[in-house]
Amino acid sequence: MAVDVLIVDDSAAIRKILQRMLGQSGFPLGKVLEAGDGVEALEKMKSHSVNLVLSDINMPNMDGIQLLSELKASADYRHVPVIMITTEGGEAKVMEAVQLGAAGYVRKPFTADQIKEKLSGLF
Amino acid sequence: MMEQKLVVDALRSATEGVFTMMLGMEVESGTPCTDTDDPGPSNGIIGVIGLAGGWVGTVSFSCSASVACHITSRMLNAKFTEIGEDVLDAVSEITNMIVGGFKTEAETYLGPLGLSIPTVVYGLNFSARTVGKEQWVVVPFTCGDDKFEIKICLTRNRGLPRFPVNAAGHLAAR
Repeated sequence: MAVDVLIVDDSAAIRKILQRMLGQSGFPLGKVLEAGDGVEALEKMKSHSVNLVLSDINMPNMDGIQLLSELKASADYRHVPVIMITTEGGEAKVMEAVQLGAAGYVRKPFTADQIKEKLSGLF
Repeated sequence: MMEQKLVVDALRSATEGVFTMMLGMEVESGTPCTDTDDPGPSNGIIGVIGLAGGWVGTVSFSCSASVACHITSRMLNAKFTEIGEDVLDAVSEITNMIVGGFKTEAETYLGPLGLSIPTVVYGLNFSARTVGKEQWVVVPFTCGDDKFEIKICLTRNRGLPRFPVNAAGHLAAR
């Protein structure tokens, strides 16, 4: 099954790297959508079917924690696994994300293998 | 500046991690030095992030335009020969990841730190200035023929209100 992915990060560079690493890792990558913040991500999800969300935490307008909250509060989206991508080493934000229902988290910098490992149990 | 070796080691570790994992590039760090100049080359690109907490300061990543293009080319797997949005974004993110890694390590001995939003400046013959006479620690790196520098200025936050702290490091009841 091809997995349609939404990558949410305010850095276009990180979005491109994630897309490349997903392709290199052997992950069954389907359609890839990109969003620069949580607001744009929610808009994209209204008009596209998505099987997986990879989201940065620190972003303008709507950060990754708020996006995660919105998704988990929605009957339409709560089943979609969300992996948080973060530069923050602080445990507090990571724990908050896990408690809100994040399927996992990856710290920047990351490798393709780390991404693959995080996704291996989800699909 | 606090214990310089701790700071330098944390910067080296964070920088090596970013370049190895995200760019597939091995870096070598040179001998660190201190100076009282403000960060920034006279030509090139510089990413700057502020630190705030019990300690405050600034970290900068600086390199030439050609090195920034080379790094971005490796990062995005495409050829970049001039400074544009992609290069500025890549340098911003590299600075962010290096300082984020430094923060994680440094918080074990400096306490909680907040990071500012990264700022990236590109230009010719520019100079930067910070208020005060704090010392900067400069850590030079080489990556093949490429060279770049990480600079940090860190000082105790004298603006924080002083609360009584008990032996366990917790705020004491007043």
